[in-house]
Amino acid sequence: MNRRGFILAGCGTSLAALTVQPVVAANPLSTVARRLIDSNVSLFRWPLRRMPLDETPRLLSTLRDHQVAEAWAGSFEGLLHKAQGSVNSRLTDECRRRGGGILRPVGSINPRLPDWEYELRRCALEHRMPGIRLHPNYHGYGLEDPAFERLLRVASDLGLWVQLALAMEDERMMHPLMRVLPVDPTPLSTVLKVVPKCRLLLVNALRTLRAKPLLELLSTGQVWVEISMLEGIGGLGTLLSQVRNDRVLFGSHAPLFYFESALLKLQESELTQKQLDAIVSGNASSLVKTSPLKHRHGHQ
Amino acid sequence: MKTHWAEMKSAATSIWDLHCHLSGVPGDTPEGRLGHLIAYADRMGVERLCVFMGMEWHYDPTPEAFRLENDDVLRALRHFPDRALGFVYLNPKFPQQCLDELNRCVRDGPMVGVKLWVAEHCDAASLDPLVDRARELRVPVFQHTWLKITGNLPGESTPQELAALAARHPQTTFICSHSGGDWEVGLCAIRPHRNVFADLGGGDPVAGMTEMAVRELGADRVLYGSDIGGRSFASQLAKVYGAKISEPSKRMILGGNLRRILEPVLRAKGVRF
Ligand SMILES: [Zn+2]
Repeated sequence: MNRRGFILAGCGTSLAALTVQPVVAANPLSTVARRLIDSNVSLFRWPLRRMPLDETPRLLSTLRDHQVAEAWAGSFEGLLHKAQGSVNSRLTDECRRRGGGILRPVGSINPRLPDWEYELRRCALEHRMPGIRLHPNYHGYGLEDPAFERLLRVASDLGLWVQLALAMEDERMMHPLMRVLPVDPTPLSTVLKVVPKCRLLLVNALRTLRAKPLLELLSTGQVWVEISMLEGIGGLGTLLSQVRNDRVLFGSHAPLFYFESALLKLQESELTQKQLDAIVSGNASSLVKTSPLKHRHGHQ
Repeated sequence: MKTHWAEMKSAATSIWDLHCHLSGVPGDTPEGRLGHLIAYADRMGVERLCVFMGMEWHYDPTPEAFRLENDDVLRALRHFPDRALGFVYLNPKFPQQCLDELNRCVRDGPMVGVKLWVAEHCDAASLDPLVDRARELRVPVFQHTWLKITGNLPGESTPQELAALAARHPQTTFICSHSGGDWEVGLCAIRPHRNVFADLGGGDPVAGMTEMAVRELGADRVLYGSDIGGRSFASQLAKVYGAKISEPSKRMILGGNLRRILEPVLRAKGVRF
């Protein structure tokens, strides 16, 4: 059975049984399943709600059920904690001790905090993280802030890719004391021009960033996007008819979102084998490989 | 290997989608759009789609406008009688025209439910005649609700308002669309009213939503719906497939409960299911 058939048959089997637990593992191991890379998961507690998979072993168990080979894990603590050094140490430790060889820590950096460059170097050199995740809307700056450009520059010099989270949740149902508008991506195209080494993955982006502004960013060759907030009937097929096939990554936004949401998007749209391979892992691998310091990116 | 709905449409397990629209979907005709939706439904193993509202939407439609929207749905249904069901879209600000349209589309036509959106707050007295008529015709009333911290539309209902309406009409079946949007609040608002069901559709696939709905209402009051074309089947089915609930609960949510709600009107109309 080819890889595409694998995923579809996996979902089909489980649909018939009315379960997707596990969608992919219902079949013998295949190369595609072994290489599934989830570019967007988070560890620890969402500040406003307990979730079924917010304990690392539970999240890991679901990722394993779905044959995820690697997941890039940020920390929910990075949204609000001021002690980012502590956040990043705890994340690294959790990935190392309980990550099952699957979870790779993605550090949180807030350029509004003093001496953030030290913390950034720590992410790269001490924690040996492959990348960092930014939350400008939770940290109180816009992308026109000179600190943002400086951050991209230093991160790129250190060989880190950067995840930029445009949102975390639907702004219509936020807690009244924690209303956070999505990040405005407009300044990005200008900033990226002056940091040509920067590799940027937009996460939780596709609710607010669409059409021409999205296409323009992806055409720079510096920007990738993941599918957790992609919506619309056959949304993935529609997106791939508009953008370069090498720009789109699998991302679940688990455990805040049900992991199965991203997975089922691969079934809803009719994708070519090449498209499927690229999304489930190929594009994530090439994002990592583009790193000038890729030799540091081994597993913890 | 493709997922064929025909292979899995056994009555006990088939998936019925409570909440589908003809907007946000490619196609120049109602039947073209519904055909497009059904092609994706086939890929996802969804057997039947409940469809409401037309090609072009109106927040506060005149009777002429809601009749035209319903005409779109009736036209689409004629092309796919075995795959789709329709709910009649009404504006409670026009009580007599609502009753006339209910008779046209439900009593004399193929539709099996009522859809109310954002024209009028649903605790208004103007809803009472149409709600009574829906009960007589044995069809559910599907009411949009969304509790928005960003501010509701002028006529947009909250789940608390639906709870008030449901308390006045304990014999009518109501469906709380989007589980109130802010579902942690919405589910509690409707919890005391056994005649109100929760629609899971239309919001982000936030983990824990379905578990909470089952915990607070019981699996027999929870319904899968997608709100396509604005959403995907994928993100909305994931709310059921990904939930840490029992397999029998999943089966009820994915279709069993909706079939139970619609059984009287489907039997009355001689619809096989
Ligand atoms: Zn809807």
